[in-house]
Amino acid sequence: MVDQNAAPASQATGAGVVPMNMIQALNSAIDVKMAEDANVLSFGEDAGYFGGVFRVTDKLQQKHGLTRSFDAPISECGIVAAAIGMGAYGLRPVVEIQFADYIYPAYDQIVSEAAKMRYRSGGQFTSPITVRSPYGGGIFGGQTHSQSPESLFTHIAGLKVVIPSNPYDAKGLLTAAIEDDDPVVFFEPKRLYNGPFDGWHEKPVSPWKAQDLAQVPTGKYVEPIGKARVMREGNDVTILAYGTMVWVALAGSEHAGVDAEVIDLRSLVPLDIEAIEASVNKTGRCVIVHEAPKTSGFGGELSALVQERCFYSLEAPIARVTGWDTPYPHAFEWEYFPGPQRVADALKSVMTGGR
Amino acid sequence: MNKKNSQPLSLRVPEPSGRPGDTPDFSHLQMDPAGVVERPEVGSTPYQMRDLAFRLIRVLDDEGAAVGPWNPRLDPETMRRGLKAMILTRAFDDRMHRAHRQGKTSFYMKCTGEEAIAVAQGMILSREDMGFPTYRQQGLLIARGYPLVAMMNQIYSNAEDPIKGRQLPIMYSAKDYGFFTISGNLGTQVPQAVGWAMASAYKGDDKIAISWIGDGATAEGDFHNALTFASVYRAPVILNVVNNQWAISSFQGIAGGLETTFASKAIGYGLPALRVDGNDFLAVWAATQWAEERARSNQGATVIELFTYRGAPHSTSDDPSRYRPGDEHEKWPLGDPIERLRQHLTVIGEWDDERHAAALKDAVEQVRAAGKESEAIGTLGQSRPSVKTMFEEVYATEDWRLIEQRREVGV
Ligand SMILES: Cc1ncc(C[n+]2csc(CCOP(=O)(O)OP(=O)(O)O)c2C)c(N)n1
Repeated sequence: MVDQNAAPASQATGAGVVPMNMIQALNSAIDVKMAEDANVLSFGEDAGYFGGVFRVTDKLQQKHGLTRSFDAPISECGIVAAAIGMGAYGLRPVVEIQFADYIYPAYDQIVSEAAKMRYRSGGQFTSPITVRSPYGGGIFGGQTHSQSPESLFTHIAGLKVVIPSNPYDAKGLLTAAIEDDDPVVFFEPKRLYNGPFDGWHEKPVSPWKAQDLAQVPTGKYVEPIGKARVMREGNDVTILAYGTMVWVALAGSEHAGVDAEVIDLRSLVPLDIEAIEASVNKTGRCVIVHEAPKTSGFGGELSALVQERCFYSLEAPIARVTGWDTPYPHAFEWEYFPGPQRVADALKSVMTGGR
Repeated sequence: MNKKNSQPLSLRVPEPSGRPGDTPDFSHLQMDPAGVVERPEVGSTPYQMRDLAFRLIRVLDDEGAAVGPWNPRLDPETMRRGLKAMILTRAFDDRMHRAHRQGKTSFYMKCTGEEAIAVAQGMILSREDMGFPTYRQQGLLIARGYPLVAMMNQIYSNAEDPIKGRQLPIMYSAKDYGFFTISGNLGTQVPQAVGWAMASAYKGDDKIAISWIGDGATAEGDFHNALTFASVYRAPVILNVVNNQWAISSFQGIAGGLETTFASKAIGYGLPALRVDGNDFLAVWAATQWAEERARSNQGATVIELFTYRGAPHSTSDDPSRYRPGDEHEKWPLGDPIERLRQHLTVIGEWDDERHAAALKDAVEQVRAAGKESEAIGTLGQSRPSVKTMFEEVYATEDWRLIEQRREVGV
């Protein structure tokens, strides 16, 4: 089912390839970079000794020392601001915001400071920081542990926004983010940390290790930021998705029995516009799926871009499948979280509602 | 008929001691005379020296003598350099303020009355250290010999603006001079300074950071986050609060200055605090040196409140006569930093009226010459960097959006 686009293991510099879940892959990315470059350090709330509430920074302190992986005060603004200062000094800090819902206290530092540093100083100062944060729903986290704030950052000039959907990309993209000379906001779909959740919450989920994209080189490799991945080739309709929704899109197209081309955007800024154009021009139809609320979500931007660039190829109106414009509800999580059924419905309407 | 047996509450809104038309009243200020405040060992615990958060460190007395344990015993040449840099800063401010009135730029902010702070501190620290300034530390660049022409080019956003017409006038950026890029968002630079200092410590280097924030902006969360981080990680940083009494039209009581001193904010974080006469060049010098030694010997951060007065309007967009007594600045009991250092140098026989007049003339000349040079390149709107630069340095490399948008503009 999944298109085999994963780079061969030989591309990696290290020795082995082992199955990893997303947590292990992300941990490995930071670990390998810390081993390679003394300027890389990692901190955040509970991120040091304990290794983070999701264990993404597990054992980094034991391996690399107290001053390289440490706990931070519960001060998101302070964490990001300190990282900015470190970045200006020449370090490459990777900071964790425990949940994306808590990135708002740091918003000013990310938006007004990190994003603008290179520009406002005429290139004298840069902000090569990575702000990692678990985001998205599907874990019964309620309003304050489920949000998808990516569009608030894609609107900001100077920021890159990266969202992986599988262990292989998670490691390669996080490595690229750490090496990037610009500030990167790196959202980790926490629903995917332990398995490729396809949105059928009542059906069993296969573990990561059964997936090709969970075969992760233990050594260093880089997945370039700004390149989408075709997860499934298809001819009838293009589905644009990222994060957990990539797996929901795959399940939804299977459920609908539609030959959909599923594109995992992987990075929203920079965006792989060529891959989007090529696919929509081929299929003539487009469905966009994201977890964030619909209004002013990134789907609106994608829809406008497709309309601007592929209008004459389109056979049907573009459809969006998104979270609702409500706060994230605890008891109604499965009504809120866009699932395969809603994707299938959208696919069917796009397939039949054409000209 | 009020049947309740509880007392009605009332809201207090702090008010300053004088408003327009009133006689300035500074009787509420408790100011130690010069020389009386003890000078603790640099390694003292914050607890041992708690008293200093509420006192006022002063070296120059009313007669111009340098007295007491904080006297840094500077050599006359250093003091003369400081005096000249303060004079030059004031001359620069005066000319650029006028340039705004003449329509040559959109905006300007003076530091009149506060010159001793950035000049002394800029002279003490090295260019390898990093200053995280606000918009009132132009004296730091001037004391370090940053080209006045480059400052003016920035103010005019002309073709030679070192930061390419992207920032509001006076938001300089001068890495080679230890001057971090200024943000328009108040307070953001303070926790960044702490992070920079943490990085130096992490690397085992010997550089320290220094930051400034206004009394008003200490109410921002960034300031408190910075104190937490500085204290937790024992960052080698000097955290200055420039209490110039006014935050635009709000007196310092609105930021909490009526209840306690700004220096004392450090106490809750376990950081040492010094409260200093900010118009006394020698006191600023001595306190900064104390904090520098503490930072360099790996004992962490110091909070310094610099007690001063903003003599000029907040900015060229402000009219202070609408919210404070018109002559409040002249009545400021701590005097003027330039006059006080001049008096001291004169008293010890290292300066005289003739030399002072010559220094003033020289400063005006330097500013005039730089002004000519910069204005020949262009004032605001007359010349500017290529529009192409608008699209550059958003990212390390341009992406397709910016390339397309640049083409749309035709550059
Ligand atoms: C976050 C933020 N809020 C408000 C402003 C608008 N503003 C600019 S200067 C200023 C007053 C600052 O006063 P203070 O911190 O005492 O510094 P001073 O100007 O007296 O040197 C205000 C409110 C701003 N620039 N940034």
